[in-house]
Amino acid sequence: MTEGAVDPLEPPRQDARPVFLNPLKVHLPVTATVSLGHRISGLLLVLVLPVVAYMLHRSLAADADLSGWASALRSWPGRFVLLLLTWAAVHHTAAGVRHLLFDAGYGNRYRQARRTAWTVHSIAIAVTLLVLVPMVWGAVR
Amino acid sequence: MKAVHGAVRSWALQRGTAVLALAFLLYFLLHLALAPPATQAEWRAWLLAPAMRLAMLLFFIAVALHAWVGVRDVILDYIKPLGLRLGALLLLALWLAGTVGWVGLSLSPAA
Repeated sequence: MTEGAVDPLEPPRQDARPVFLNPLKVHLPVTATVSLGHRISGLLLVLVLPVVAYMLHRSLAADADLSGWASALRSWPGRFVLLLLTWAAVHHTAAGVRHLLFDAGYGNRYRQARRTAWTVHSIAIAVTLLVLVPMVWGAVR
Repeated sequence: MKAVHGAVRSWALQRGTAVLALAFLLYFLLHLALAPPATQAEWRAWLLAPAMRLAMLLFFIAVALHAWVGVRDVILDYIKPLGLRLGALLLLALWLAGTVGWVGLSLSPAA
């Protein structure tokens, strides 16, 4: 047997084992999904920041024509973006307030941290549904 | 020690800008809910009042600093090659500075 070849009868060396974690198969605790959501929502909000600046700029022009905005918001891509940003803004804010509470010394025990993590998810999803329901209801009416 | 000081400063900056931005957003949303501007003229009168221009500029600066600290951490966590990492940080800086600059121009007294 030549040097370096893999001998099927020998167990692989510990340090040579490839480390591969499939993020879809790792079970994440709820506290980790809030943390991940905080990052993803933050990135989404940063991505739309120039769009917000653009809309502010346009809306403040003396001769602004904003008649197209309402219909753009009512289009399906517009609705999707609105929902996504609603979730992102609410999740990011709620998760941020949770962090401030940690800093103030509240909720640092794991059980409490898990409970407040569920609260963050619940608030974000509930507010998103509050926006979604009238949207769909208005569309099918 | 220097790195520790930097970390504490980032931590404090992240919280301070978060509280500032949240306070402004609460005011903005409450105002929209309780006294929504009925016309574009009212919208302009509200947002272009001198105090509101200043508050909005400070809000966008706070958000940009907040985003700088937050996204920088994400970049340092996930982008390891030095060139790509510096490129991403530069892009982020331009993205945020561009947004603040644009807001500043939109809100300048000449606008």
